[in-house]
Parts: sequence; structure tokens; C-alpha cells
Amino acid sequence: MATLIQTLPFLVDGLLTTLLVSACVIVLSLIVGLPLGCVLAFGPLWARAPIRLYADFVRGVPILVLLYFVYYGLPAIKVNLPSLLAAIVALTAFKSAQIIEITRGSFQSIPAGQTEAAKAIGLTLFDRFTHVLAPQAVRRFLPPFVNSVVDTVKGSSLVSLLGIVDLMLSLQQVIGRTHVALPLYLIGALMYFAINFPLSALSRRLEKRFV
Amino acid sequence: MANYHFNFAIVWRYAGKLFDGLLLSLELAAASIAIGMAIGLVLALISLDGPKWARPLIAAYVEFVRNVPLLLLVYLVFYGIPSAIDLQYDAVTSFVATLSIYSGAYLVEVMRAGLEAVPRGLIEAGKAIGLTPMKVLWHVRLPTAMRIALPSLSNTYVSLFKDTSIASAIAVPELAYGMRWIETQTFRTVEVYLLATPIYLITSYAILLLLRLAERRYRIAR
Repeated sequence: MATLIQTLPFLVDGLLTTLLVSACVIVLSLIVGLPLGCVLAFGPLWARAPIRLYADFVRGVPILVLLYFVYYGLPAIKVNLPSLLAAIVALTAFKSAQIIEITRGSFQSIPAGQTEAAKAIGLTLFDRFTHVLAPQAVRRFLPPFVNSVVDTVKGSSLVSLLGIVDLMLSLQQVIGRTHVALPLYLIGALMYFAINFPLSALSRRLEKRFV
Repeated sequence: MANYHFNFAIVWRYAGKLFDGLLLSLELAAASIAIGMAIGLVLALISLDGPKWARPLIAAYVEFVRNVPLLLLVYLVFYGIPSAIDLQYDAVTSFVATLSIYSGAYLVEVMRAGLEAVPRGLIEAGKAIGLTPMKVLWHVRLPTAMRIALPSLSNTYVSLFKDTSIASAIAVPELAYGMRWIETQTFRTVEVYLLATPIYLITSYAILLLLRLAERRYRIAR
């Protein structure tokens, strides 16, 4: 028990790294994914095609392979990223493909009648977007988005395989020193659970309210 | 990029490693999905028709597994459990067990949604022609639920196939492991990725395409 309490500061340090990586990935993916998702929903074919290709490519490959590719593969063509940056880049590449899909889906599930009605009462393209489409899209966007935040936190555990001391690797290190495996894995699982469960519950509530 | 000299010949020599890896990945996915489907189906039926007290237990299992990283579960089963109790198993068994438990938690939800979407009238019609509850389940509810659930199942199956890459973390020689192994042997990093990434890509989409064909074949006519 005493050893477990002693290890807690290490685990909390790791947890902070997990949260930092997840937060960076979420924010960057939104910055990349939201505009691209809008283009995929409304844009011309020449703009949609490369985005479609990118999204389908990324979703067909495991995150782990993307991580290895950015960290081990890119240096071969003289792109050297420190491990933390490589991890964030790879996870963002993966997450933004999902955000693109969620954004596109949120807009495309709005009935065409809404746009037609907005046109009929004479709203400009900008007004149609801000007053008619965007408010409805946000409600459809939120539940799957919150779910994908849960996935990000879970997926961030893979950065431990690049040697980044997140919650997962700090657990491994503490277990390596103390040889107390099972209780520590369970504590780690509970820490992930404590972050993710409220988010999952929130996603379900949003879904009930909005959809 | 300009001064990188491609040398596929060395990587080709180890291409068998990738092929064996892919086969093992597919086997891991197939075994885990089969067991996961059994877990999912049984638990979905229990949570719909079974005793009330079983529901929170099933919910606890689903929520725990879905909110914890797969990598942690893999370590927990492979390193954690044998350290506490006297039980020996190899990495492949350990990973299949983990991915089965993991997929089960996702498949319960999918199967429950499918079973709930079976129209009441169908079940009543089954009862009306004198089918026993077992026969209603086997001939009416399950076939209908499977057809309704198939689109969501397809997506889950493909993502489970991709999740087999995590087995490389406990040195199961599947595709991602083979990829890293060749890379550390030959240092032909770019070539290895140019070969291995399309393998994942093509396999993922081939699985998806087959399932989409099945969806179309078994779609409920409206």
C-alpha cells in the first residue's frame, strides 16, 4: 500500500502528459478537420476529391502504423521530429480524418428542405450557413465528437510505444521498479476510466437531447 | 527526399514476414470477432430478456472496457494477470482473449440495438403460428436483428482488424510487428512503409467491401 502511494506522483505526471497530448490532438484536429469537413460537405468536386482520399487513406490504416511512420519513417527522408511532436502529428492526422467525417455527416444529415426554405425567404449564403445550417449541424456534431474525444484519450496510450512517458509508460516504469503488476494496471485503468466515463456519459446525454 | 536511394530488393527478401504477419493479423481478428460476437449476442439477450439484476453487471463490463485503452487491457491480461494468479498462456492466446473481451463490449451494444429494432409484430406473428420462444429467437429475432445490425457490425469488424496491430506491443508476430522487424533488420524504412501501409489499406477496404456486398445481399426489402 505504501509503495502504491509513493508511486502516485509518477502516475500523475504521466496522466498530465496523456491529457496534454490528448488536448493538443483535439484542438489541432478541430482546426484542420472542421474547415475540411465543410469543404467536403459543400465544396466543388476538385476540392472534395483530395480530402475524401486523405480521409479514406487514414481510416484504412491502424493508428499505430501512422505513429511508427511519422516517428521512424519520416527521418529517412530527413524530417526529424522529436517523439512528442511526432506523436501529436500522427494522432492529429488520424483524428482530423474522423473530425472531417463527423463534420460532413452533421451537415449532410440536415434535410435539404431547410436550405430550400432559407433560400426561399431570401437569406444569403452566409446567413443560411450561420442561422440555419450551423446551429443544426452543431447538435449533430457534438455526440460523435465527444465520443471521439474518448477515443483520443484511449489512443494516446500508444505514444508510450514511442517512449513518451504518458500514463501508460509511467505505469510500465513503476511496475518495472516495484514488480506490483496487477494492482497498478487496475489503478491505471481506473485513471483512464475516470477521464473517459464522464465524457461517454455526456455523449449519450447529448445524443438523447439533440438527436 | 531527393537523395534517398530506394532499395526494394532487400525488403523483398523479407516480404514473407509481411505475408505471414498479415495472415496472423487476420486470424487474430477472426478469432476475436467470433468470440466477441458470442459474448455480445449472449449479453445482449440477457440484458434484454434476462433478470433485472444482470443489467447493471453487463453495463459495468461494457463501460469499463470501452473507456480504457486497448493497449492497457492487453498489458493487463498479458503481464498483470499471470503475475497475480498461477496461470500461464502465450502472447497470442493472451491477445485473442483481450481483443475478444474488448470487441464483446462493443458488439453487445450493436447487437442490442439490432435486437431492439426487430418489429414487435414479427415476434407476435412468430408466437401466433405456435413457435416456441427458442424458435422465435432462432428463426425470427436473430436473422432480422443480424440484417439490421450488419452495417454497424461491418465498421466494428474493420476497426477490430486494425486493432490487431496493437498485438505487436507484446511481440505477437503480426503485420505491424513484421513491419517493425524488417525495418530494424534492414533500415530500409521508407520501403517497408511503402509496402506495409498498402497491405493494411487494401485489406481493410477488402473486408469492408465484402461486408457491404453482404449487406446488400441480405438487406431487408422495404
